[in-house]
Amino acid sequence: MDKLFRYIASTQIWRSIFRHGYPDTPRNRTLAVLSNVVLHLHPVKVRRSGIRLSYTWCMGGLTFFLFLVETITGLLLMFYYRPTAELAYQDIFALREHVPIGVMREVHRWAAHLMVISVWLHMYRVFLTGSYKPPREFNWNVGVILLVITLLLSFTGYLLPWDQLAVWAITVGTNMARATPFLGHEGPGAALISFGGLNFIHAGDDVRFGLLGGRFVGEAALMRFYVLHCVGFPLVAAGLMALHFWRVRKDGGISGPL
Amino acid sequence: MTDSNEEKDQEKPPQSDAAPLVRSPLRGEPTRRGVLLAAWGAFTAGSLAMLGAWGRFMFPNVLYEPPQEFKAGFPNEYAVDAVDTRYKASHGVWIVRENTGFYVLSTVCTHLGCTPNWLSAEEKFKCPCHGSGFVKTGVNVEGPAPRPLERFKVSLAADGQLLIDKNTKFQEEKGQWAMADAYLPYLG
Repeated sequence: MDKLFRYIASTQIWRSIFRHGYPDTPRNRTLAVLSNVVLHLHPVKVRRSGIRLSYTWCMGGLTFFLFLVETITGLLLMFYYRPTAELAYQDIFALREHVPIGVMREVHRWAAHLMVISVWLHMYRVFLTGSYKPPREFNWNVGVILLVITLLLSFTGYLLPWDQLAVWAITVGTNMARATPFLGHEGPGAALISFGGLNFIHAGDDVRFGLLGGRFVGEAALMRFYVLHCVGFPLVAAGLMALHFWRVRKDGGISGPL
Repeated sequence: MTDSNEEKDQEKPPQSDAAPLVRSPLRGEPTRRGVLLAAWGAFTAGSLAMLGAWGRFMFPNVLYEPPQEFKAGFPNEYAVDAVDTRYKASHGVWIVRENTGFYVLSTVCTHLGCTPNWLSAEEKFKCPCHGSGFVKTGVNVEGPAPRPLERFKVSLAADGQLLIDKNTKFQEEKGQWAMADAYLPYLG
């Protein structure tokens, strides 16, 4: 048996994948982490306080885990869901009644709720431990943007079931955009952007219109929210998360007790 | 050896007859700085144009929505003192006929934008979202709605039909309901 393992470890295939010896020395342990694309995302060494659950609550890690759950379950849902006015609600219903493992959408939904909660708790922990202070103030701001994107993902996903609750919730939610300064047709300053009594910012071209692709929540809004939910916001979130995690390490790792 | 060579170089003044590595450009010849500025300028202008194109792309030229201006049949098709709901679903308006004329109400609740229902027995518009209530004139009387429903411009078209223009709205709190186009006098 030992001979077999020795033989496998000596093959060119094995050695092309694992370019270092067995991780039994500190050097090889470090190399094992650094030369593996998955393992190297995590630092080679962390502080004792960094893995203490009572200090970190593991809320940042849980948020990332939930993001992965959302990515995988969301990808699976995309195989069945069609974002059109006549098919969307029917497909959501079919995901529960006709598709095997009918809880996939529930997993996606509950993980989304949990992710919103875990993001807030992560932010709360970072605030309580003072981890927003220099040199981590830049990463705090990246985190604030990630919080907003999490909420936007939640908001855009809310429309996709295309039931009464979804349509009216998005109607109410996007009406806030009417009051955007200068860009919303009911917002302060919008009336200033006019020429000879002709308003340039009106219900047909303001920021809410750009969000919905129309004057009210219709099929264009469903398509826009679908694309933003499935592609736009996840891409931005993934890029910012890479920056966020990288900066955690560059700013000295998870902050420790003073 | 090396040291002595360096010393020799330092002692020697730069030879004036040798061609300099960097010479100033001749008149009309492009400078390195000029070329780079032009290149980065073109790149910046191109990027900005692309951003503008992205923004413009999100605002389609054709909307598959009912038109903002439409004809709503002849005045004598409407009963006096009734709220007409036939254009509610398609165009988002209630057409109300009184003894003296017509006015057209928007179906958008002034609280958060849901669509109220006309309850003929209770003679009021009631919003299902948060319970705002409006009397037949559109004035808010209960619930969280902060102001009356908006009215739209109404006139008679050349063929005698009602012509409703949703591009022009009249808000009671701005005193605009008294304006001429907010009400169509009709006695017939």
